[in-house]
Amino acid sequence: MCQVEEDYNGLECNQEKIPVSGLNRKCMKCKEGTAVLIIRVSDAFCRSCFKEYFIHKFRAMLGKNRVIFPQEKVLLAVSGGAASCTMLSQVQEGLSRDAPKKLRFMPGIVYIDDGGACGRSEDERQTSISQLKNIFTQTGFPYFIVPLEKVFSLPTSVLVPGTSDPDPSNPCYKQAVDKYLKEKQKLREEEAVCAVAQLNLEDSAYLPEHKLALQRLFSSLKTLSAKQEMLQTLRQHLILHVARENSYSKVMMGESCSRLAVKLLSNIALGRGAALASDTGFSDPRFGDVVIVRPMRDYSSKEITFYNRMFHVPSVFIPGLDTKSHDKASIQRLTESFVTNLQADFPSTVSTIYRTSEKLHTVRPPQSQSTEPEPASKCLLCLCALDTTAEQLSQLRLQEGSVDLVAGSSDQCCVEDQTCGTSGCCSSKRTPVQQDLKTLLCYSCRLTVKDMAAVNTLPPYILTEAEKRQRRSQMKVEISEYLLEEDQD
Amino acid sequence: MKLWTSRSLLLRFVIMPVQCSNCEQKRAVLKRPKTGHSLCKDCFFWAFEEEIHQTITSAGLFNRGETVAIGASGGKDSTVLAHVMKLLNERYDYGLKLLLLSVDEGITGYRDDSLETVKRNQQQYELPLKIVSYEELYGWTMDAIVKQVGLKNNCTFCGVFRRQALDRGAMMLNVDKICTGHNADDVAETVLMNVLRGDIARLRRCTAISTSSEGDGAIPRCKPLKYAYEKEIVLYAYFKKLDYFSTECIYSPNAYRGHARAFLKDLESVRPSAIIDVIHSGETLSVKEGVKMPVQGTCSRCGYISSQALCKSCVLLEGLNRGLPKLGIGKHHRLHGKILAQEPLTEQEERKLKAVDF
Repeated sequence: MCQVEEDYNGLECNQEKIPVSGLNRKCMKCKEGTAVLIIRVSDAFCRSCFKEYFIHKFRAMLGKNRVIFPQEKVLLAVSGGAASCTMLSQVQEGLSRDAPKKLRFMPGIVYIDDGGACGRSEDERQTSISQLKNIFTQTGFPYFIVPLEKVFSLPTSVLVPGTSDPDPSNPCYKQAVDKYLKEKQKLREEEAVCAVAQLNLEDSAYLPEHKLALQRLFSSLKTLSAKQEMLQTLRQHLILHVARENSYSKVMMGESCSRLAVKLLSNIALGRGAALASDTGFSDPRFGDVVIVRPMRDYSSKEITFYNRMFHVPSVFIPGLDTKSHDKASIQRLTESFVTNLQADFPSTVSTIYRTSEKLHTVRPPQSQSTEPEPASKCLLCLCALDTTAEQLSQLRLQEGSVDLVAGSSDQCCVEDQTCGTSGCCSSKRTPVQQDLKTLLCYSCRLTVKDMAAVNTLPPYILTEAEKRQRRSQMKVEISEYLLEEDQD
Repeated sequence: MKLWTSRSLLLRFVIMPVQCSNCEQKRAVLKRPKTGHSLCKDCFFWAFEEEIHQTITSAGLFNRGETVAIGASGGKDSTVLAHVMKLLNERYDYGLKLLLLSVDEGITGYRDDSLETVKRNQQQYELPLKIVSYEELYGWTMDAIVKQVGLKNNCTFCGVFRRQALDRGAMMLNVDKICTGHNADDVAETVLMNVLRGDIARLRRCTAISTSSEGDGAIPRCKPLKYAYEKEIVLYAYFKKLDYFSTECIYSPNAYRGHARAFLKDLESVRPSAIIDVIHSGETLSVKEGVKMPVQGTCSRCGYISSQALCKSCVLLEGLNRGLPKLGIGKHHRLHGKILAQEPLTEQEERKLKAVDF
């Protein structure tokens, strides 16, 4: 009755059938050169048109969004993979042109070495690092190579969103550009000197007890999904710290369209609906003073791979946590294989998901713009607004199945109560620390922490900040009747 | 080598009975898919029914004295829904007048069997029953539709016609609300499917527990089972010995929804709470202002609610009646005007709309 090999003719696709021509198809743009590759569904490009198209897309993305100001310091987060190395080469390309439309910012590079969490040996890590150093030194930008073990010496200020300080002399983008062009003559000589002088290395050594602590942290996370989430969070904190320490106000991440589509879907599965726009949008303002930007979000992984191959962009493959794992090892891995397989049958899947992400935005709590944002209203780990307010708590109880049962002694009975008088109800699985952390976390970070066997393996900066927030909310409860202004908490 | 004593041998082979984690008196007979708790039968029934009761009260789904039609298909969701609604109506005195409303799509071998189940339900629960059929409402059964449309897009026809059929039936019976048996898995699947399809308007609405009731004669619909896992519904029906019809529709294997369902099932096997997490994401995401959304109006032909000049079921029916099965699949807004004015379509348009793959 139902045939397996049905032809998909596309529900939204109104195209006429393209005549199948031979190998001598002409480029669709210049119509002269022989096409060497096909991107999207059926667009054929010759070599030079493809390069132009690729470069133009990068600059159009930056130009359209107008968040990078001239002379701004921008940190490029490079993982060694294809997309971030392409991003690096695009930035290099953009800065080197002598055209008047040259890119105008000051880049730095950061690489986070997460071999400790992925179980790589010391030698393997050193090999990758030296390969990357070769690539970095050729660009001439200052670079930082930071091992993940450094999270154990981070300060708690990482978890506090900074206030973005708009420079009073650069009120808007256009004026900033004009001002820069006027002063360009003066700066021309100083530029070359600065670039070389800034070549400094972050000390990439780490203490052995930090290494052990990291291993303990990752072995206390029981599921691979939780491990991947934790790795992502720690990596972000580390990048943020490096950016703040060296006064970088923007960070560029190299996530491609395909990657972001998978991220959107897996974030939905992880319960991160409220933060979807910041996680997958072009700019991510959650850290306040440092803005995360994703200029590669318009490129599919196919385009990136072809560009790298055709124009010899160097990259280093570094295995991650889920490399070579089976399909159902984690939610992220499952989503990736699902989207990739669906894309094979329905070629518009990735672009449709991507377009959906463009239509979302983050709800800002109404009062946070006037006063300084209270850090306690953000999640402790991911710094997104908490989506577990009081009204939603009742719904969450329904969802988690923690209805008060007859003669209730279920595990959830202590969630809302401050005191648990009956003996034995807290002793079963939860330690008081994990339970208290729950109130400081958003929905999906709660799920990550729930998968932890021992919460005290978290890095000290997280634990101290958690305790501080708890003390503060305790204070607030005590004095709540005397506070006049409604604080957004 | 250590010698095994007879006692330890005995313990190795006897499964230690687990006590119910709630009442701690009776033996546990099941493990709840939602929470992993081991519960005895009565505690599970209580938990399941209490959660639905709280869903109903916290969302304010019903008011006293209302007449509520339960969409009954004879499947597990609607059977359990009918049972629980009757039970809660009596236990908590909602003061509702309940009745069963069933839709006959005309699928031989599938629907006639499930309708028998609904008739049995009617007798068991002593609730009045009304059956509306596609044949009497539209003049087409699903079997006839599939013969014309093929196996790929038939679910669109069935779904659109069924919603209208439910509303028409409810209007005939003069009810205030309709409630359907959509469970947590259904809502989660819908969220995923809408993201995959890029349907931002539906994505925004699909996690709402009840449809908005802004006038125009549209009867509000709600989902009391929204937070109940499909597996728990089956467990409930099994232990309560409720009888239901459990075959998949014979025309459904090729539906796009199948992909979303397979994905959701896989997600559940990786992390059991994933279903609720997807629903939570769907509830908390927000759409940018300024994104084009359809505006609700009325169909100029039949008066049903519609965001276009002609409602979807009028368009689909027109397509069927004219032998143009692809009319209504995909976007043909420009043709609506032509159809309304009863103008003939050009040859090229007709050719596009006729092509069907089986």
